[in-house]
Amino acid sequence: MRKEIWILLIVAVAVALFLSPFASPYPDGLERVAADKGFLEKGEGPGLVHSPIPDYAFPGIKNEKVATAVAGLVGTVLTFGVMYGIAVLIKRGQVNRGQAILDSRKNGQG
Amino acid sequence: MHIPDGFLDPKTFSTAWVLGGTAVGFAVAKTKKHLGERQIPFMGVMAAFIFAAQMVNFPIAGGTSGHLIGAVLAAVMLGPWTASIIMATILVLQAFIFFDGGITALGANILNMAVIAPFAGYWAYQVLQRLLPGRAGTLVGAFAGSWISVVLAALACAVELAFSGMAPWRVVLPAMLSWHVLIGIGEGVITTAIVSYVTQVRPDLVYETAKA
Repeated sequence: MRKEIWILLIVAVAVALFLSPFASPYPDGLERVAADKGFLEKGEGPGLVHSPIPDYAFPGIKNEKVATAVAGLVGTVLTFGVMYGIAVLIKRGQVNRGQAILDSRKNGQG
Repeated sequence: MHIPDGFLDPKTFSTAWVLGGTAVGFAVAKTKKHLGERQIPFMGVMAAFIFAAQMVNFPIAGGTSGHLIGAVLAAVMLGPWTASIIMATILVLQAFIFFDGGITALGANILNMAVIAPFAGYWAYQVLQRLLPGRAGTLVGAFAGSWISVVLAALACAVELAFSGMAPWRVVLPAMLSWHVLIGIGEGVITTAIVSYVTQVRPDLVYETAKA
């Protein structure tokens, strides 16, 4: 990978590791509206799927700030990997389609 | 602004799934046409950075916080179609791995933050670039575009909540807008600072329309 990709990835990991533990604990805009208007509890059921790292706290770590930082690190690296993989698949689709066009031309001429 | 399960009724979340899913499908088809080899790792780091930045809630006022959405940041850097894919990918991971945003509500969250936010915001960014020449257009456009992306995503969220009968229209629309008008300023400041920096140091990394 090129140097600037590594630098940007390090910046992203640094934000997750060192800034996310100090995020504001206040509810966000939607949570605040839901609480004010009396429908917050409608969204508080158990999850439909089992989330391995619920609420950005890595399970099994007692210190809240460390649990958030580790969740942030894992999430950032995971997001990088998944997005990279999807981008590769999209690119491959492009190549295959180009190949398919070439093949169909060949077949048409043959 | 991640809607959890339970806030939206089936007619609303299924409609949102169809709209959001179709739009992201188009985005994949569009990106497939022009995705360059060197953009692949850049898509990865952009997604990673936006994921990390979304974790950092900043206090705004009255015991409420907001966090970056990042849709316009991604759109200015990589174009709106690619931004849509990046945002949708982040939202899927947040819903399944981090219990942030519901599974039934994922279509609505994708519609609001991966479709409406990048496209409406990028459109505003482009309009301002036409009105103001050079770097000023890029920076003012980035600020206004990211502000409007948050406000319109919040408006869409409020419409979905009202359709679902969570609260009356006249209650939920002004409530959502009043907070997100402020949160949008935070979005604008962060987006503009990053766009300003990257267009200065590495203008070659930025999507064709940005001016150094």
